[in-house]
Amino acid sequence: MASVQQYCTFQLDALYFGVEVQKVQEVLRYQEMTVAPLAHEVVSGLINLRGQIVTAIDLRRRLELAPRDAERLPMNVVLRTDDGAISLLVDEIGDVVEVEDSLFETPPETLTGIARTLVAGVYKLEDRLLLILDTERTVDLSPVGAE
Amino acid sequence: MNDMDDVVDEFLVESYENLDRLDTDLVSLEENPNERAKLASIFRTIHTIKGTCGFLGFGKLERVAHVGESLLSKLRDGELALDSDITSGLLAMVDAVRKMLGNIEQSRSEGEEDYAALIEQLTKLSGRDAAASPTPSIAPATVTNDSQTPSPSTPLPSLGDVLLNTGAVSPKDIELAVAKQLAGDPLRLGELLVEQGSATHETIREALKKQQEAHPTSVADSSIRVDVGLLDKLMNLVGELVLARNQILQHNARQGDNAYSATSQRLNLITTELQESVMKTRMQPIGNIWSKLPRVVRDLARQCGKEIRIEMEGKETELDKTIIEAIKDPLTHIVRNSVDHGIETPDVRATKGKPREGVLFLRAFHEGGQVNIEIHDDGAGIDADRVKKKAVEKALITTEHAARMSEREAINLIFLPGFSTAQRVSNVSGRGVGMDVVKTNIEKIGGQVDLQNHAGQGMTIKIKIPLTLAIIPALLVTTQGQRYAIPQVSLLELVRLEGSDARKGIEFIHGAPVYRLRGNLLPLVHLTKELGLASDVWRPVGDDESVNIVVLQADGRPFGLVVEAINDTEEIVVKPLGKQLKGTPVYAGATIMGDGRVALILDVLGIAQRSNVVSQVADRKLAEAKREDATDGDAKQSLLVFLAGKDGRMAVPLSAVARLEEFQTSTIELSGDQEVVQYRDRIMPLVRLSRYFGRTSETDSAAIVQVVVYTREDRSIGLVVDRILDIVEESLRVRRKMQSRGTLGSAVVQGKVTDLLDAQAVIGEVDPTFFEDLVAA
Repeated sequence: MASVQQYCTFQLDALYFGVEVQKVQEVLRYQEMTVAPLAHEVVSGLINLRGQIVTAIDLRRRLELAPRDAERLPMNVVLRTDDGAISLLVDEIGDVVEVEDSLFETPPETLTGIARTLVAGVYKLEDRLLLILDTERTVDLSPVGAE
Repeated sequence: MNDMDDVVDEFLVESYENLDRLDTDLVSLEENPNERAKLASIFRTIHTIKGTCGFLGFGKLERVAHVGESLLSKLRDGELALDSDITSGLLAMVDAVRKMLGNIEQSRSEGEEDYAALIEQLTKLSGRDAAASPTPSIAPATVTNDSQTPSPSTPLPSLGDVLLNTGAVSPKDIELAVAKQLAGDPLRLGELLVEQGSATHETIREALKKQQEAHPTSVADSSIRVDVGLLDKLMNLVGELVLARNQILQHNARQGDNAYSATSQRLNLITTELQESVMKTRMQPIGNIWSKLPRVVRDLARQCGKEIRIEMEGKETELDKTIIEAIKDPLTHIVRNSVDHGIETPDVRATKGKPREGVLFLRAFHEGGQVNIEIHDDGAGIDADRVKKKAVEKALITTEHAARMSEREAINLIFLPGFSTAQRVSNVSGRGVGMDVVKTNIEKIGGQVDLQNHAGQGMTIKIKIPLTLAIIPALLVTTQGQRYAIPQVSLLELVRLEGSDARKGIEFIHGAPVYRLRGNLLPLVHLTKELGLASDVWRPVGDDESVNIVVLQADGRPFGLVVEAINDTEEIVVKPLGKQLKGTPVYAGATIMGDGRVALILDVLGIAQRSNVVSQVADRKLAEAKREDATDGDAKQSLLVFLAGKDGRMAVPLSAVARLEEFQTSTIELSGDQEVVQYRDRIMPLVRLSRYFGRTSETDSAAIVQVVVYTREDRSIGLVVDRILDIVEESLRVRRKMQSRGTLGSAVVQGKVTDLLDAQAVIGEVDPTFFEDLVAA
């Protein structure tokens, strides 16, 4: 039997993304945020997650996509990392999907720019493509990761 | 295998704790060789280590511990007397054991060294002629000790000792009784004494009771080891509970239900008490870090040929664990400095009419919610003139400046980076990286360092630090609708200017706003502007408006932070920021407010540096309050002028330079073809600019090289220059663009043509990734 992976999915602009389910701590609706002036431009602010201060990264800005409509509130995908929890702001949270390894393919050479660094691969689903996010690189805002 | 690892870990933790105590015990034992309890405890520790490592199969460690143990057992039995050679030998053994434990911790093996020399030395020491050493007077009593003690791990004070201490029986009587015992008399010591008529039944019974009382309650019964991580988590949870309680209390105020009100009051009290108790779990006595100092002082004093006694007061003063960790190194450094530079050699002291033995006095006490630590030595103190001369020599200040300086100012020069007054550089201290690091580290945790000098009579360094870092009093301010917390330690006062006062009060020096605070110019910094939220902040103030100035102090320099509103002071729980915000130096952390929202805590020093109130480099205390002109164009900037090669005059913007340092040529090592030095626990590559530019230089043969350090994140690169000439404030206009390697062009600085170093290019050739983020930006 082909091995199966589980991904927590979400919508970002017109793109359909997935993050390995084990890396997701929780998903939350919109949370109030405190902005942190002077921080890296992709940092939207700080969230109080049951007493823990969690940095929220706007995934649209991280992937250099068009900004979200002002009235549309983002949702949080909270990731578990070695450095504590980190939230990714996404448009809409989807289901947890199971995909077969055989459907996986690395991104085509034509994919360039920031997406090249952050998209680890693609699952060819029947009706659409599921892009897999490299979470470590996504949350690494140090110069090397920003390359 | 995992089980085994656990056992080894436990062994390591336990042994480390014991070894720390051992250092102190050994040094104090050297002074009072007759303290049997200490000797017994040392013996026990080594015995335990030996036993356990035999069981775990660490043969080498076992052998070293074994020779140490045999030496100790001779000491314990009075066959040898402790002298300084034996103490040194034993300390060396402790070091060896510690080193092996370190190796075991890292690699699960004891390491390569075989310690044969040490083992031989210790064997020789224990084989020394016993007759040559004086036998401690109460040795005979100890023999009975051995025969009476049921288990070697919990020795009771011998009955003989107890009787001697109370003065009930003379040593002679006991000796007589012991002699009888040794001769085969089956009676107990007490019975023998009564029989001899030297003691009554009463006295013996009382002494026996005393003996039982002296039985130390085992520490293991009254304490348990807890993971610090768990305590931190508890602390967090309590912080949460406090917030929830605040919300309930607010809710309660609106409700007016009696039963509910009573319950919430109870909740309030319990939470407060719980918070205090949890805070206490993180507190540790300062004695924990002081206990290492006697050993440090002893070794150093021996090395420098000095006689120094260390005295301590207030060992039990408690501090938060994180603070204890943070002050450990600065404290050790100060102590080393005092021993090495402060206290004179015995002969010098004698000629000055001081006792030959110098005294280093440490004192800790609580005062006003802060912990005070004082380190006093009765040495030579600091010679202000010598400090000035040195600073001028090192081009840290100008001669005119030195002449104008008060003694107090001059003494504070020792806190400048790259300063050391030691006549000769020893391997102990005096490498020029010293007091500035001490100061920075203490200020980092919200503390202050003050120096009182009594020339010729010694000096006192006073350190004030907060009790805890976890919960701090803070002032809350608002700007652009966002709340920010400012730690109260940096707060001096609050000034509010209404309408016309504000218009008159705030003046501008070439665009830089200042306020006259009691006759002194206070540079003003607008929070909104510093945070990049708005640029046009200094517009005229309307009649019904007001300006709030929070007067803060950073690095000993006051400045005014203008905010939109000042809210209140509050105790806040400091929470760390994620990695993504670590690079933003204006924040010290974050906290959660009563309404559940996050507020950022401002790092006062970071803001001061960002706004140039204090510069990050050497001239921070000296440069006058010059501020960069906000308008671009001919902006003035601080330039570091230096020689690269014998006569290559060059300059770089000071703002990019992290530090100025000096290194002994002998400390420069090679890594591949690259020259490197060990710098702040890291390896820093060095680039000799003279070589880079192919110029002749004297740095190749000099004993000390001057280095301009560039730091990004945690990486540093040092540019070796021939000489630092000056730090000047000039508007930089590149007169001639040059395309030659490593320069940006030339400009006229101080009336002389000076090449501008392209540090980015030079460093880029050594470490191409060093400036990557700049390039990416």
